[in-house]
Amino acid sequence: MLAGLTVGAALGVVIVRDLIRALVLLITSFLGVAGLYITLSADFVAVAQVLIYAGAISILLIFAIMLTPRAGRDNAETFLQIPGLLLAGLVAFTIAFVSLETDWSIAERGGFEETASAIGEALLDKYVLPFEMASVLLLVAMLGAIVLVRPEGTPEE
Amino acid sequence: MSVELEHYLVVGALLFGIGLYLALAKRNFVGVLMGVELMFNAVNLTFVAFSRFVESEQPLSGHVFVIFVITVAAAEAAVALALAVLVYRNRETIDMDRINLLKW
Repeated sequence: MLAGLTVGAALGVVIVRDLIRALVLLITSFLGVAGLYITLSADFVAVAQVLIYAGAISILLIFAIMLTPRAGRDNAETFLQIPGLLLAGLVAFTIAFVSLETDWSIAERGGFEETASAIGEALLDKYVLPFEMASVLLLVAMLGAIVLVRPEGTPEE
Repeated sequence: MSVELEHYLVVGALLFGIGLYLALAKRNFVGVLMGVELMFNAVNLTFVAFSRFVESEQPLSGHVFVIFVITVAAAEAAVALALAVLVYRNRETIDMDRINLLKW
């Protein structure tokens, strides 16, 4: 059910002709993925998905649409439509085929009890260096975005 | 019928294919961004599915990796929005087939 919702909404993003409607379908797809996380007993990741993808990133995309008012609002394809379709189908088929054929070493344990505290401990214990790097990366990205869109010729004070 | 690892992997593969098609073939820059975000989601879903089902000493490492991927995706979206606004300011369009200043 959730998988059908997710993939169907993602297909809708391809088909729908209006960019805003495509964005709404994309948010639906993000929420479907969050539901899939909950079925995988990944509560913390599901909450992060809802907050960051369905909240922040979709707001950023809305800004990207609204800040470019005279650009086209349609959702048309370029000349790469046929090759893109072929390549995407091929990649999806290959991944699905491999994942169905491989004999994964399935662990016979149930779902996780609750993951937030364990993730927090792992972040501050084993993965503390990547954690700090991620904070620096966020800062750099924020500053870079501000510097990029600053209007030129404004007096510096 | 219980839900197994393969179901999640197939959903991830389908999402990745859709995202790849969007990123390759959409004319609007925002459409391309949507495709990239969908691909991130597919990969994250695969990470979490493996973390849940596959034998491992530290099964929560997959979740930690997903948190990092989400962080980087947020940073990428912010920078991409800035680039889109910049291109629009210079060229009055964000259509991928009309941004051809580098075309020989």
